[in-house]
Amino acid sequence: MSENLNEAKVNEIAQMAHGIRERVLAHTLKNNGGYMSQACSAAELLATLYGAILSLDPLDQPLAPSLFLGVPARSDRNILDSSKINFETGARFHGEKKPELDRLISSPAHYALVIYAALIESGRLSEDALDFFNKDGSTVEMIGAEHSPGFETTTGSLAQALSQAGGIALGRKLKNESGRTWVFMSDGELQEGQSYEALQAISFYKLNKVRAIVDVNQGQCDGPMESVMSIEPIALRVKAFGWDCVSVDGHDIEAIYKAAMVESGKPRMILCYTDPVRGLPILSEREPVLHYLRFTSDEERAKYQLAFQEMVTKS
Amino acid sequence: MSFEIVARPHQQNFIDWAADKPKVLVLSADLTNSCEVGKWRDTYPDRFFSMGMAEQNMLGFAAGLAREGFEPWLHTFSVFLYRRPLDQLQMSVAYPSLKVRLVGFLPGIMTPGGVTHQAIDDIAVLRAIPNMVIFEVGDATEAESVIDLAHKVEGPVYIRQLRGEVSRIFPKSEPMAFNRARILSEGEDFTLITSGIMTEEALRAVPLLKSKGISISHLHVSTLKPFTDPTILEYLNRAKKGVITMENHSIMGGLGSAVAELMAENKISVGLKRIAIDDTYAHGASQKYLMSEYGIDAKALVEVVENILGKKLGIEEVDLSSSRIASLHSSAKVEAL
Repeated sequence: MSENLNEAKVNEIAQMAHGIRERVLAHTLKNNGGYMSQACSAAELLATLYGAILSLDPLDQPLAPSLFLGVPARSDRNILDSSKINFETGARFHGEKKPELDRLISSPAHYALVIYAALIESGRLSEDALDFFNKDGSTVEMIGAEHSPGFETTTGSLAQALSQAGGIALGRKLKNESGRTWVFMSDGELQEGQSYEALQAISFYKLNKVRAIVDVNQGQCDGPMESVMSIEPIALRVKAFGWDCVSVDGHDIEAIYKAAMVESGKPRMILCYTDPVRGLPILSEREPVLHYLRFTSDEERAKYQLAFQEMVTKS
Repeated sequence: MSFEIVARPHQQNFIDWAADKPKVLVLSADLTNSCEVGKWRDTYPDRFFSMGMAEQNMLGFAAGLAREGFEPWLHTFSVFLYRRPLDQLQMSVAYPSLKVRLVGFLPGIMTPGGVTHQAIDDIAVLRAIPNMVIFEVGDATEAESVIDLAHKVEGPVYIRQLRGEVSRIFPKSEPMAFNRARILSEGEDFTLITSGIMTEEALRAVPLLKSKGISISHLHVSTLKPFTDPTILEYLNRAKKGVITMENHSIMGGLGSAVAELMAENKISVGLKRIAIDDTYAHGASQKYLMSEYGIDAKALVEVVENILGKKLGIEEVDLSSSRIASLHSSAKVEAL
């Protein structure tokens, strides 16, 4: 795999990122609410991940989301009978699992809307899937769980994904699989102690195929992380646990790709420093609390409608 | 009443059992020898993973390994399997119903380690978690046979396991059966249901009660969830004067609560008396001392029967045949904990 992307590929990924923002804003306008700043911050990260970094099995065509068919459990409570367990995770949107291919575990499940948009942009999820977002009986849930498109595990209680991915990577190592196990994370969850337990265990067991890519948007539910609980210097912390860690501009597609494709014989974390209002500058009027966008007035909604028109013209 | 004493029933049994099961792994959190898997580690070093004192992460790793087709068996003290990493247990393991085996040691007040080491609400907490299956072993035969039973469960299992010097109450030829109570005595007036170490304790009193003309059925229960054994219902229906439960656990949410639910749902109107730790934390002392202090011993059982009957039976403490209580500094344990 090349260390650099050609210009055409960079343009393609930039278009995907643009499409992610556009889809999430359209949805937010339509439903008077959405995780908009996460789309602004993570659009290039997710577009590069799905568009260039990950080796996933291709799909013949985008898949439609299924209805919610139940939680992963025995339908008849016969606990000694495995035949009754009929459950498929949202990993089917990543194609068939193969030893040499990558896996992606998405940790910040509240990025679901953005992840669904990224799946649509990468041709893995049907275009109309967002119509089912947060609709009763649908798997296109607001906070993704393992039945939701693109989710292989249940990670909404933050910091659990890295440990789960560590276990998956250890299992794959025991089976001599060569594929990488990726974790998409948000920076806020690095406040959780479990994150550091996972870092130390992944390093201790030399799970060198683990890759974490983090949207460092420096914001969380209560506001800027600097005011809630600072986690800097992240890179120094992560390196101290025996990982490679590199910081990049999270809107620079080539830089993200280059940082992601380095093989150094260690688990590797890519910190994508991002701007939570990138591509939608009027969002900055809401600073410092950007976690969720709900319009407070018709005037505000109209302004965003205008911004959406501008976005569409640019694409 | 005296039983054969088995030293470390889990240790060699688990090694032998795992020999032809390459997908079986052990994850441990710095209590490896205390949980009788030090020799397992030395026998199968490639299948043993030390996770350090980091239980939240251990639950996540177990989940990932189970998703990849392995069967992780987590060994540590009970409190560190459900109390500290409860959210991880629920979201990473129980929700996806993964085949993760939680082998929890030191249930209830079996340890002088005090409140930090005493799992007195584990059954209450774990019974409320969907997909969990809960086993509690009562002797060496069950400590051995619970392994194969747990292995067959298509989902997460929590085992209240025994270690060190353990009595063999049930013959080796009668392994633990899923969701099947053992009937230890037959009678008409009382139905006594016990679990874990309380069964051996109750066996100190039951023969004496019978000698005083008390008609009592005694059931030993080792499957605490699901709690759908028809045998239990049959014997609850049979009791004319009262039902008594006895458990090494808080009075809330454990065996006694499960029985109460079953009785209420089935309109069984006889009285129920629960012998259990009465909504209090305990402290560090010997098992025998704590069982007496918290009223969960053979003497308490006699008193409960006397209270229901409204008369003294003339059973004195010295009459209660001395049940074996494992010594604190047994060579079958790596430390006095």
